Amino acid sequence: MSQLAKWRRSEEASGWLLVSPTLVYSILLLAAPLAMVIALSFWTQDYLDLDKTFTLKNYIEAWSEPIYQTLMARSLKISAFVTALTILLAFPVAYYVSFYVPQKRKPLWIFLITIPFWTSYLMRIFLWKVILGYNGVINGSLLGIGVIEQPLSFILYNQNAVVVTLAHAWVPFAILPIFVALEKIDRSLLEAAEDLGDGPLRRFIRVTLPLAMPGVVAATVIVFIPTIGDYVTPRLVGGPNGLMISNMIELQFKKANNAPLGAALALSAMFLVSVISLIFVWLNRKYLVGQK
Amino acid sequence: MTDPIIRLSGIDKFYGDFQALHDVNAEIRTGEFFSLLGPSGCGKTTLLRTIAGFEDVTAGHVEIAGQSMDNVPANRRPTNMVFQSYAIFPHMSVAENVAYGLKARKMPKDQIATEVATALKQVGLEGYGERASHAMSGGQRQRVALARALVLKPKVLLLDEPLSALDKKMREQMQSELRHLQRAVGITFILVTHDQEEALTMSDRIAVMFEGRIGQLASPQDLYRRPVNRKVAEFIGVMNFLDVSVSDGTGDTFDCDIAGLGKVTIPAEQAPGGVDASVTAGVRPEMLTILSGENAHSEREASGIVEDVYYYGDMTYYDVKLDGVDHPVTISMRNTAGRSVLSRQDRARVGWGAESVLLLK
Amino acid sequence: MKSGKWFKLYIGVFLVFLYAPALLLPIFAFNDSSIVSFPLKGFTLNWFNVLWETEALHTATKNSLLIAVSTAIIATSLGILAARASSRYKFRGQKAVMGFIMIPLVLPEIIVGVSLLVVILQMGFDLSLWTIVLGHVLICTPFCVAILSSAFLNLDQSLEEASFDLGRSKLATFWLVTMPLVLPGVVSSMLISFTISLDEFIIAFFLAGTEPTLPVYIWGQLRFPQKLPSLMALGTILLILSLTLLATAEYFRRRSARKTGIEDAGGFL
Ligand SMILES: Nc1ncnc2c1ncn2[C@@H]1O[C@H](COP(=O)(O)OP(=O)(O)OP(=O)(O)O)[C@@H](O)[C@H]1O
Ligand SMILES: [Mg+2]
Repeated sequence: MSQLAKWRRSEEASGWLLVSPTLVYSILLLAAPLAMVIALSFWTQDYLDLDKTFTLKNYIEAWSEPIYQTLMARSLKISAFVTALTILLAFPVAYYVSFYVPQKRKPLWIFLITIPFWTSYLMRIFLWKVILGYNGVINGSLLGIGVIEQPLSFILYNQNAVVVTLAHAWVPFAILPIFVALEKIDRSLLEAAEDLGDGPLRRFIRVTLPLAMPGVVAATVIVFIPTIGDYVTPRLVGGPNGLMISNMIELQFKKANNAPLGAALALSAMFLVSVISLIFVWLNRKYLVGQK
Repeated sequence: MTDPIIRLSGIDKFYGDFQALHDVNAEIRTGEFFSLLGPSGCGKTTLLRTIAGFEDVTAGHVEIAGQSMDNVPANRRPTNMVFQSYAIFPHMSVAENVAYGLKARKMPKDQIATEVATALKQVGLEGYGERASHAMSGGQRQRVALARALVLKPKVLLLDEPLSALDKKMREQMQSELRHLQRAVGITFILVTHDQEEALTMSDRIAVMFEGRIGQLASPQDLYRRPVNRKVAEFIGVMNFLDVSVSDGTGDTFDCDIAGLGKVTIPAEQAPGGVDASVTAGVRPEMLTILSGENAHSEREASGIVEDVYYYGDMTYYDVKLDGVDHPVTISMRNTAGRSVLSRQDRARVGWGAESVLLLK
Repeated sequence: MKSGKWFKLYIGVFLVFLYAPALLLPIFAFNDSSIVSFPLKGFTLNWFNVLWETEALHTATKNSLLIAVSTAIIATSLGILAARASSRYKFRGQKAVMGFIMIPLVLPEIIVGVSLLVVILQMGFDLSLWTIVLGHVLICTPFCVAILSSAFLNLDQSLEEASFDLGRSKLATFWLVTMPLVLPGVVSSMLISFTISLDEFIIAFFLAGTEPTLPVYIWGQLRFPQKLPSLMALGTILLILSLTLLATAEYFRRRSARKTGIEDAGGFL
């Protein structure tokens, strides 16, 4: 039997052969387009004509113009707040489901928590406008019970509204990984901690939390990275001061006809969130290794 | 004796850099009940899967019924397998499971039905055909797996620890059933097990494996009475080891001085692996006796102090420290009428003979 | 058990927060007022009538269904291949390859939309429904791979070996043993990609040519206050639709779990 025939029957070859259609698809529609965007960010566009000489002009503009700086900083800030709020909201829920709900009912609870995720994304965000708006649910109710005399106007069309709306949209994605991490904790470890004299709080801080950290880290990354690219929420509930970098990227690609600048902005945003996430993951790993 | 049904020659198997099988050579006889026995991780499953065709050998050849199995995939080998997890298809009924292989052979429907019924009857599952397979107990699944393989009338049936998932009682029952079934169908069975008792009671011959090599291939009696080395002797049953110095003898005998026992001349067949400087004396617990009472006699006698007594009802095991030896030897005694049981710290007279001792490397 | 009480209170408040927007949908869908705000007026089915009569909505829905069905089929097929490769075979570079395929899971959708837009325009292709399918398949495949990998991993490998050992070919084994046993996973994978695609806005927004998808259509309508009540009605229909789909999928998953005697391993995701 020839070497080639032998290789073709090997596990190695079967694996590669099977994975190749999916891999090729990802290369053609993910790697190649991303490479193209990277190339584009070093070119210039004059109305509809592309000038393919290499230039750093777009990046210089993206990093030095105050408007872009402001948008970028705001986007990162909003993403960070959303992530923090999401985790704070999610952790007790995941903890409750993992530790208080009987084993048989857990799938039902997880199902219950993911249901709202299945309503239309646009509708979900739009409905926050209805809830927070001038004539919205909150103002309506508060007026109705006489707590306020004028509708509150500071609750919609600002960054807080963006944070709340995004946190609501992403909270199921944060609950799941934390829940999984909590489920993996061997319950006898907790009993051991108690047996060795830890009270509930110390036990939580010294045992439960460190062991749940991988879930928290996963949740952080899952929420933090995509939220920076959210386009709809700032447009619908952000008002003029709540706009984020994606709104600018879209503007450059579409109305402003400056795709290279849009590409540079998009890549800069990606770069920043990736670096921040990596630092976060790295810090955690260090901290967790220290724990062991 | 007929030709061997399986001939393994020079089989090496590597997983990456790890060598799971080292130059395995063996012949398995037609119609015998053959066992692969060895500690966990020694390569039993690997060897069985090599025969079945699930693993490619790195070097060497498998021959079944005189045919080379090089390049013959598992689905075209005249072997069938009973998996450790039974691997009963959960989405099919019992009958569909048993018919699975027959359907692949394009057998007519009514013939399949009769074959399936016969096979189910053979394993004691008559009338269970329409049952959903997941509604069967562990022992019943095992039988379904047997029927499913036997209905194809393979030349060799391969069984990978088929009894390990059963409780003790069920396991003992299945052991004798398997043995009867094998005699009834006359097919060669190759059983993988790490349970020496199971191997000894069921098999015609046993291959004991260590670290990817066959240590000894022999009948159960020979394995127990004439282990070729210390490793095999330790693995099968209990063996006491005592230091020995061999001063030369004739070619047929060896003159030995055994620590704690004394001087004796041993015939060469009691040194199956030969003799060199590393040799030790091995003595089975039942080859030593505790002599009690004035009129108890033995060919030879040694003495020691009883360190521990384990009373089992029908048997008593003693740990006895022979004079001049610092680790105790185990001695087993049947508790016959009138025989008294010694207590700790008692002095014991230990009877033995030349035939009690093996010289092992 | 005092802490337990506080816990329950928090969970209650959380659930209200979680469900508040979804609960508003049916409320305003049947509210007899053209302004979406409290207090409520009377009950009406008028907004559903409006939907029934809006031609553009029907076109957008058809487009979306076409895209979602195509996406579900293609993404699940790609998912089956990759999940099978990752769960059954070991090959060099496996981790890197699988990690690469899963990247869209953490990539902001706007990046996917932008990069596909750039490539498609540079290559001189026209934007159409199919360009949207390309993007949707890309973001749905990781979900399919995740769902199907666990389905394949839950499948006892010796079942496939047994089939092969009993004389079947690899292909027959795949159809007779593997497929029936991972079918619940395949169904969930299809359903989830269908739902994601049906709901996806950003990529469709960037890649839609002249033909809008349902979310793109809705986006266009959100600007017109007088259209809002009928959008609430539409949202209600979509909500009921996805809940029905989920419930059906869950039903089939349970039934097949019962049939095959596999331990119930919990719901989706
Ligand atoms: N696919 C594999 N890849 C790498 N190493 C393997 C593989 N399969 C088995 N091995 C190794 O080969 C050796 C022999 O394994 P094998 O399964 O044959 O042992 P075994 O004798 O059947 O043990 P057990 O009684 O535990 O089943 C073990 O050390 C095992 O770790
Ligand atoms: Mg094994």
